[in-house]
Amino acid sequence: MTIGAAGCAKSDRGGDDGGKAGGGTFIFAAAGDPKNFDPIFNDDGESFRPIRQMYDTLITHKPGTADLTGGLAESWSNDPTGKIWTFKLRQGVKFHDGTALDATAVCANFDRWYNMKGEAAQSQMIYYTDVFGGFAGSPDAVYDNCKAQDASTAVVAMKKYKGAFPGAFALTAFSIASPAAMKQYGSDTVTQSGDSFSYSAFANEHPTGTGAFTFGGWNKATGEITLNKNPDYWGDKAKVDKMIIKIIKDENTRKQELRAGTVQAIDFPAPADRKALASEGYKVLERPAFNILYLGINQKNNPKLKDLRVRQAIAYALNRAQLVQTKGPGGSAVADEFLPNTVLGYAPDVQKYEYNVDKAKQLLADAGATGLTLNFYYPTEVSRPYMPNPQEIFTVLANDLQAVGIKVNGVPRPWNGGFKDDVQQFGKQDLHILGWTGDYNDPGNFVGTFFGRGKIEFGDQAMTEMFTAIGKADATVDQAAKKAAFEQVNRDLASKWLPAVPIWHAPPALVTTKNVEGLVPSPLTAEEFNTVSLTK
Amino acid sequence: MVRVVSRRLIQLFVTLIALMTLVFFWLRSLPGGPVDALLGERATPQTRELLTRALGYDQPIWVQYGRFLKNVVTGDFGNSIRTGEPVTDVISRSFPATIELAVAAIIIAVGLGIPLGYLAARYRGRLLDNATIIVTLIGISIPIFFLGYLLKDWLTQGIHFFPPSGRISTGMDNTDVTGFFVLDGLLTREFDASADALWHLVLPAVTLATIPLAIIVRITRASVLDVLDEDYIRTADAKGLRNATIRKRHVLRNALLPVVTTIGLQTGALLAGAVLTEKVYNWGGLGTLITDSISGGRDYPVLQALILLAAVVFIVVNLLVDLSYAIIDPRVRVQ
Amino acid sequence: MSGAGGITTLADHKRRRIDELTARTSEGGGVSLIRDAGRRLLRNPTAIVGAAIILLFLIIAIFAPLVAPHDPVQRFPELTRDLTVDSVPGASAGHPLGSDPLGRDFASRMIYGARQTLFVGVLATLIGLLFGVLLGAIAGAAGGWVDVLIMRVTDVMLALPSLLLAITLVALARESTQWTVIIAVAVVNVPIFARLLRGSMLAQRESDHVLAARALGVRRRDIVLRHMLPNSLTAVIVQATLTFAVAILDAAALSFLGLGDPDINRAEWGLMLGVDGVRYLEVRPELAYFPALAIILVALGFTLLGESMREALDPKNRR
Repeated sequence: MTIGAAGCAKSDRGGDDGGKAGGGTFIFAAAGDPKNFDPIFNDDGESFRPIRQMYDTLITHKPGTADLTGGLAESWSNDPTGKIWTFKLRQGVKFHDGTALDATAVCANFDRWYNMKGEAAQSQMIYYTDVFGGFAGSPDAVYDNCKAQDASTAVVAMKKYKGAFPGAFALTAFSIASPAAMKQYGSDTVTQSGDSFSYSAFANEHPTGTGAFTFGGWNKATGEITLNKNPDYWGDKAKVDKMIIKIIKDENTRKQELRAGTVQAIDFPAPADRKALASEGYKVLERPAFNILYLGINQKNNPKLKDLRVRQAIAYALNRAQLVQTKGPGGSAVADEFLPNTVLGYAPDVQKYEYNVDKAKQLLADAGATGLTLNFYYPTEVSRPYMPNPQEIFTVLANDLQAVGIKVNGVPRPWNGGFKDDVQQFGKQDLHILGWTGDYNDPGNFVGTFFGRGKIEFGDQAMTEMFTAIGKADATVDQAAKKAAFEQVNRDLASKWLPAVPIWHAPPALVTTKNVEGLVPSPLTAEEFNTVSLTK
Repeated sequence: MVRVVSRRLIQLFVTLIALMTLVFFWLRSLPGGPVDALLGERATPQTRELLTRALGYDQPIWVQYGRFLKNVVTGDFGNSIRTGEPVTDVISRSFPATIELAVAAIIIAVGLGIPLGYLAARYRGRLLDNATIIVTLIGISIPIFFLGYLLKDWLTQGIHFFPPSGRISTGMDNTDVTGFFVLDGLLTREFDASADALWHLVLPAVTLATIPLAIIVRITRASVLDVLDEDYIRTADAKGLRNATIRKRHVLRNALLPVVTTIGLQTGALLAGAVLTEKVYNWGGLGTLITDSISGGRDYPVLQALILLAAVVFIVVNLLVDLSYAIIDPRVRVQ
Repeated sequence: MSGAGGITTLADHKRRRIDELTARTSEGGGVSLIRDAGRRLLRNPTAIVGAAIILLFLIIAIFAPLVAPHDPVQRFPELTRDLTVDSVPGASAGHPLGSDPLGRDFASRMIYGARQTLFVGVLATLIGLLFGVLLGAIAGAAGGWVDVLIMRVTDVMLALPSLLLAITLVALARESTQWTVIIAVAVVNVPIFARLLRGSMLAQRESDHVLAARALGVRRRDIVLRHMLPNSLTAVIVQATLTFAVAILDAAALSFLGLGDPDINRAEWGLMLGVDGVRYLEVRPELAYFPALAIILVALGFTLLGESMREALDPKNRR
């Protein structure tokens, strides 16, 4: 025991003013490795967590919500065409390398993304391709140019209107980095080697933003990312001196470390542990649900699935209320639409499919689809915030389907070893489970992503009516009209089109020890840790 | 000796190239693969296409193979798909962690196993012997990941006696010299770091040692019994040599030969056990690397290199075993 | 290739151990040895205990539908109450061990587990045995370059630790099903059986009765099938008994690593322990303890029987 005590004494070495109010080291146990710290080359939550602490975006979210508020830009506006965006920048903001954040620096970032050279680099800019359509020279490119009107006014011009803005400006991938540091550390060099890529010194050792924390180091042998307090931060300065993100992949081990007092907060506790931890006095922080799990229906392989009645039968057959109650993480709710109710365009009055075995059987009989056999693909070797345990979810759903006489042929595929390929590339399935966590508050980010165009996942059918309706709604500039248009889309999705069955919204959680104050869970899993303090 | 060794090495080289070729073509035929692994839910068809081209998957398979072979021969195994680092970096970082764990486990297994086996043989048929037999039988029948979880549950949760996971306390800020944390602490005179690392090592090492320990006890017991039965021991006994002398001079030395073989054999089992133990204790070694590169995203470059490494390790262990033979039994000579 | 000029390899050691077993069990020919061995086995309490465990296990497996109170895949939604109240309910009327996380009767799953575990263990052993015996017989009967080639392949396979080989195979598999696991665990055993059989056949090639048959002009195929193969099988059976224990342990380990049978409807002890068992260890330890205990017991049974058989067949122990 004395050895352990010696260890504790030493681990305080970094923050020696731990005894004072504030300060100290905050250790957060995360579930996975980040890739690198260059915002634009990332697309996953584990990379975005440290990035978000070190960088800022032009627009950001109010803590604990998906609502927009000023970030590096104090205010923003767009012209009536929706193509020209003007950002009024905050004054006196400095990057970690001491250079000033001004309009020129902001434009340098936009230009850097647009002019990125090399297929290797471009292929890793997932969010950019998605939001901005393409790169310099591409006919699909959305971005036109960025001008520094004066030191604190940046004007970004787009070639066309896109519903994703302004929400997309708040994406962590579009964080503003120091042009000087990027130049010094060759940020744009992405080299291919064998089956993968390696990134620049900027991305690995010298990430330089304006954030509340500066980069301290990434010890890969122990899986620790160290972030130090930025004493010159423009906003609320971090209350702790140091933050360590410790990577612990196993959910059980994360919980045990929390109990042993070696970490102060853990991400993604197992749904089954939440209650026990809460009763032991830990703080279980539920993030407002901003995701969706759905049962996808591929209409291509089995002609019977083209019949709306069959798809409705499937919806009636699923006892989603029970699934939520028995397998849903705390705070989860049955989903009737493909977007959470906090997002613009959520319609309160869509057709609901309450669990009804008889109706499901009746519909199947009407459609002449009794004795239907369906290939149900589900992923293994994965856990997603919207589906903590895919195998269990599959087992329950398959059970329900069998109860109405649908024969289910379950096909498990490893997440990275064929599931995504088979489902999204080759469309081998009849049914599958998949989901999505929203990036920003915009219906296009949910509904548009799934059903805005022909996708192999849903049979790549020419559902022209649906595509046009969503395309139109997405292109509407006026917010009230857009809201109405998307509400209608959601009504039709439920009653007319039903290309998939929404299952649930499952809020992921965080758990902290009693002495952690000020941690605000974010629906986008985009927590900012500068507000966190440790009490005695 | 030199001739034999060089012949061996050439043989080995050819086998390895053949193995890598097999692995290469097999991996290329699998569903999923690097493109899939590199892309998340958000990839559009454009990015997918871009990536396929960037990785050269649009080129003919023999062009890809040629490039792969050239890289392997020059010692370049590419970059890890998951982390983007050179594979050699990833492996050389994980390697010391596993060796540290395995060495600790061997020390426990040998340090406890040989005396226990010897005592069991000496008190054959008595309580100690029977108890040992039963415990070792359970030791080889228990799923060791379950044992690891039990130890962890008992000793790190209710009572916080040992740390639940990891190689060293978070935020220890130890200086990394060799990658062996216990050793590094001694080298840099950061003794607290050394002690901390050692403390983290206890549970994983005990878990990993279970099976080898059980086997070493059984083999030691059996071979001591064999030797005690041999004529020359009886002769020595008859000659009136003192018990202690007999034990030291004859019994143990002769009984140790099969034990050493067994220890060598157990290195393989240790590696397999490490995969399980490391997952239980979030130990960042080769075992974790293997599971991560399979389920965490089919990281084939890492997997390829690991397969190669496994082969090489075995050759080294073989040689060590043979050399130790020569030391214990002078009649055996490595030709 | 025996150690290329004196330098022995690990595979050599493994091989030597196998050859030793071969020598002990197949020399000295035939029936009298087996009869002797049987008699010794019946007098050995260890063997009796092992056999009793296996027998019990077999009976449960065969009569599972009669013994189990419920269908092992039937869900009782009323048992899985709101997760925020109680994630995994304990015992209740009609469900002596409570339910598993999906609301299935745990006692029934334990009972049916005997069947599934037996299925996995036996099949993995049998497939390994079949291909091993086939390869070994071909190598032993054909000799020459065929023999060399086959033995080279087995050498390579023996050089890898069994679980690692199984993990690699699962990772390299095209699909993940129950069969992937069974085959991965089986393949690991192929070289052991192959070597065993080949060694035994080589030993017999020069034995009196084979030489006699050859002199009488019996065809080569008949000599192999009628005379050599049956005699070699004793060693194979001993090895198979020992293999079974390793097979179910390996299957459990694969499940724990997330590489096992993906169908969680299947009631198999390794799967139950490796997936739900460790996940709910603190909330409901029974979910881990029962399957773990069952696995330990069965593995123990097969090890005890296997080792006593080996001992009994060892000519050294003949008195």
